[in-house]
Amino acid sequence: MENNEILTPQCIVDGDDNYDLVYEKTNVMTDTRLHYCPGCGHSTAHKILGEVIQELGIQKDVIGVAPVGCSVFAYEYLHIDWQEAAHGRATAAATGIKRCLPDKYVFTYQGDGDLAAIGTAETIHCINRGENIMIIFINNGVYGMTSGQMAPTSLEGMKTTTSPYGRNVHTMGYPLKVSELIAPLPGAFYVTRQTVHTPNAVRKAKKAIMNGFKYQKLGKGLSFIEIVSNCPSNWRMTPLQSNDFIDTDMLKYYPPGDIKVPSKEDLINL
Amino acid sequence: MELKEDIRLMKGNEAMAEAAIQAGMDAYFGYPITPQSEVLEYLTREVPNRTGIALQAESEVAAINMVYGAAGAGARVWTSSSSPGWSLMQEGVSYIAAAELPCLLVNVNRGGPGLGTIQPSQGDYFQATKGGGHGDYHLLVLAPNSVQEMADFVFLGFELAEKYRTPVMMLSDGAIGQMMEKVTFHKREIVKSAKPWATTGKTEDRERNIITTLFIQPEKMEIVNIHLNAKYEEIKKNEVRYEEIETKDAEYLLVAYGLSARISHKVVILAREKGIKLGLLRPITLWPYPSDVLFKLADQVKGMMTVELNAGQMVEDVRLAVNGKVKVGHYGRMGGIIPSPEEVEENLEKFIKTL
Repeated sequence: MENNEILTPQCIVDGDDNYDLVYEKTNVMTDTRLHYCPGCGHSTAHKILGEVIQELGIQKDVIGVAPVGCSVFAYEYLHIDWQEAAHGRATAAATGIKRCLPDKYVFTYQGDGDLAAIGTAETIHCINRGENIMIIFINNGVYGMTSGQMAPTSLEGMKTTTSPYGRNVHTMGYPLKVSELIAPLPGAFYVTRQTVHTPNAVRKAKKAIMNGFKYQKLGKGLSFIEIVSNCPSNWRMTPLQSNDFIDTDMLKYYPPGDIKVPSKEDLINL
Repeated sequence: MELKEDIRLMKGNEAMAEAAIQAGMDAYFGYPITPQSEVLEYLTREVPNRTGIALQAESEVAAINMVYGAAGAGARVWTSSSSPGWSLMQEGVSYIAAAELPCLLVNVNRGGPGLGTIQPSQGDYFQATKGGGHGDYHLLVLAPNSVQEMADFVFLGFELAEKYRTPVMMLSDGAIGQMMEKVTFHKREIVKSAKPWATTGKTEDRERNIITTLFIQPEKMEIVNIHLNAKYEEIKKNEVRYEEIETKDAEYLLVAYGLSARISHKVVILAREKGIKLGLLRPITLWPYPSDVLFKLADQVKGMMTVELNAGQMVEDVRLAVNGKVKVGHYGRMGGIIPSPEEVEENLEKFIKTL
């Protein structure tokens, strides 16, 4: 199948009025072929991000900040203005953007190595300042782009290329629960942990991202959307196995759901 | 009554901060470090009643990346630090150079290596002029020798940064940053250049803007390298700045910048009182370097000596410039020690005896 055929599914219904268009690719996504591995949650997260931007009609007012890691090329896939930041520094760059363009919607899209290892200081202080941005944090417990090294979020016992006998928490530290860590900070307005491995989960994650954009208008702090995702390639699993692993292992340690939600009074002006 | 001229007595660091406000800065991101903490103090005091943003970052690493974000968003933005903090910024500086983001970056040089001393030094010359961060890039480096120039070079720095879409650095030192002098602020018309490349939100009338430094295919990376170097060649052609003092009949030449040039100016007077025909060449841009004028002066003088507050760094550029035509010596003090003009003059005479 040619690339252009994949991208234009409408061709099968052309000229046939018996079909209803029930699904369409968001026009906020570009036609660039995604570089992610088959079954990877990044693609889904990108798609719902694009859909939310389209549905809110804020395309001209959004600036995204891409990280270093698997999603370093995030800027290839969404039709918005982007900056690609140095490793771990996305939240600092986003601070610079948002402070100078306070009326725009600014978000970062970061993986666990970028956000929770090398960028920990920038992450915590950005949240603590209550910058009115959204952080989308993709947690798949592994360094993807450099092909499978241990991440700060790798589970206990998890085998990676730098923990070949499994993560020993006594010598390698414990998997970091970033959402729980940052939720108590007054600058964190909305903290939630989502997944994109089932259709229902995708809908919920999309709603969370939509909230993350909407809340920026309130000027009350930062929205932190963690998405526990998969990495079939570096977990050495099929996509389906990796989705099962999310349920059987990842979500046991990283329970999904809202961790900090705004009060009704907080949302009165929304 | 409106004064024709705004004349003040200020520290170099304060003059620089005031100049930035007058130059229409949109934002400053910084982290406290001696001997330049007055900048952040001045701005956080002044900005709320005037214009712009002044934000204390959690580290120099964060500060420089905030500059990256703000510059990418089209803001007139700057930061300042001192040697250990400036080292921390180098990652971000490399990214800023690669992404061609106009901004002003200031290093108020103190003694090192390591945590070093808070006293003035010129030990960061190599770092400022030869790279500092990774990869093939240059900063346009301005070296002020007075409080007045610390103010003036803020205006000039922003102007050059936007003209060439490149980061401009001011390399000062702890003495010029801390000392108080008369400084005049002239009324200026502030012109900010259009930045159609900035990430301000993708409107329908243009393609999306992407600020990135990732060019993973070697062919594309090399195109970027060639583009950057073409720009650097243009800067070399147009922006070399220097000052000549008593060079017309000079038989010997001192080469010194910044604080060392202030001392060396006095050395010229002392030497001439003794009948030594001494001149001074003061590079104002450290990159691009005034190599051509030194090459010409090498035909006229019997020897050159750099005066630096370091172990001998700029002397390498002078030797490259004269290409063996004359002997080039170096006299320097380190550790934050500032030599007296008499001490330098004495060592000049020793150097002359070796010629």
